[in-house]
Amino acid sequence: MTTLPKTTQKKLGLVIDLDTCVGCHACVVSCKGWNTENYGVPLSDQDAYGADPSGTFLNRVHSYEVQPESGPAQLIHFPKSCLHCEDAPCVTVCPTGASYKRQEDGIVLVNEDACIGCGLCAWACPYGAREMDQAAGVMKKCTLCVDRIYNENLPEVDRVPSCVRTCPSGARHFGDLGDETSEVSELVAARGGMDLMPELGTKPVNKYLPPRPKDVIPEFDILAPYLEPVAKTQKGFLGWLDKALEKI
Amino acid sequence: MHPAGSVIVFTVASGLGFGLLTWLGIGLPEVRGWVAFWHYALGFSLAGGGLLASTFHLGNPQRFLMAFSQWRSSWLSREGCLAVAALAVLGLFAIGKIFLEANWQVLGYLGAILAVLTVFATSMIYAQLKTVPRWNHWSTPALFLLLSLSGGGLLAAQILPSMILLALAGALQLAAWLSGDGRFESRGTDIGTATGLGVRGIVRAFEPPHTGNNYLLKEMVHKVGRKHAVKLRLISFALMILMPLGLLMISGTALMVIFAVLLHAIGTFAQRWLFFAEAEHVVGLYYGKR
Repeated sequence: MTTLPKTTQKKLGLVIDLDTCVGCHACVVSCKGWNTENYGVPLSDQDAYGADPSGTFLNRVHSYEVQPESGPAQLIHFPKSCLHCEDAPCVTVCPTGASYKRQEDGIVLVNEDACIGCGLCAWACPYGAREMDQAAGVMKKCTLCVDRIYNENLPEVDRVPSCVRTCPSGARHFGDLGDETSEVSELVAARGGMDLMPELGTKPVNKYLPPRPKDVIPEFDILAPYLEPVAKTQKGFLGWLDKALEKI
Repeated sequence: MHPAGSVIVFTVASGLGFGLLTWLGIGLPEVRGWVAFWHYALGFSLAGGGLLASTFHLGNPQRFLMAFSQWRSSWLSREGCLAVAALAVLGLFAIGKIFLEANWQVLGYLGAILAVLTVFATSMIYAQLKTVPRWNHWSTPALFLLLSLSGGGLLAAQILPSMILLALAGALQLAAWLSGDGRFESRGTDIGTATGLGVRGIVRAFEPPHTGNNYLLKEMVHKVGRKHAVKLRLISFALMILMPLGLLMISGTALMVIFAVLLHAIGTFAQRWLFFAEAEHVVGLYYGKR
């Protein structure tokens, strides 16, 4: 059914720290690697080694420049994948029931056997989280690595989404955002976690932690007054030239 | 948004077809036998052909039966169910009219209502999308319905009602273009709210996540042809509204009506192409584009 559950028992999701993300794209590669050979059809590429390569990815890293009113501009790397919205517009538009939100943990998934590849869910998503696989003609999206997080064949340390496991700078966190006492919820509360495009009313589960303010180094140099330039005006030939040109 | 040929053909043809079937359903014109056959054949081929065209852009059209299952939540599913219901009911009505000299008018009225609802459901597929501010407005279903009924009215040779509906559609089209142009800005969604970084300063897309193209850019950040938008608006408005109205004012002969229908259909194709090409999706903001 493509009607949304009123509540979910858990709200599993990601917390992404924009302060520590270094923009290495390791999460992009690890996501593609895991998801091309597990849940659903492979994530195909088209013309991968040719002049116009393109392909299906479930996670992509943008980079933005933010210019504050004063001070230098800041570069912010910005990983983006499905936000597993509580009020997911992609789910309700689906004509076949292929898109659904799980009642037990809130993960938004696509049942690829029922997907007709109409693309309407990708139109309904404001975040560009869904991409149609050009080889299989079905919609692909982040599964929150549903085939890892409950997988008892994996060591416990690996039972998190592939992107979280891979991130070398600890910028990605996974947990239950519906539980106020969970580590991710505490992180969101402490760092002022934010929603993307909150005005569209999608109520994203994933949160983004804003970059911390930059340290400001105070101007402090006791020698500075003694190093002021001594000669304020030019003397000699250059001084005469300066005056002469000034008069013209 | 990418103006896919199959979707343009679908919305224009099925709009005209269901429009014609609506008029036939309410008994305007009152036709019997062979005359009725050709009227209904035209209506069914436009409506059915349009629906068939819409399956060409699907990744897996063989699973289309499943699309009838989610009518509780999905406008696309509702459209499919309503279209099949309208065609079935009007099919029975047509059989009575053509072969049995019977006039089951209840079926005709019911079919007309279903045909109008089908066009409404089609328009709501677009109007429901908050992600495309230009479409997300009551004028989208209103314009789809007016164009369907006026074009269908021309096909049914209902000259005076069609002229009134055409004039109304023209006025609404102008209003929709004017109010649609500023709607993206007025909704307040920009690169600042998209990234959540707007409170910190001026946000600029510095580096895209991929150097090549991808599905999102091809499908939703389609820019080709927007530079000719003003010229195309003039051309489509002249063909779709002004020229058919002018022709019908000169005379109401069958030949004039046929000319008016052809011009109106061509104009509607241009209008529908613009409907997609000019629509901007908020996902473009993540790429610093519109």
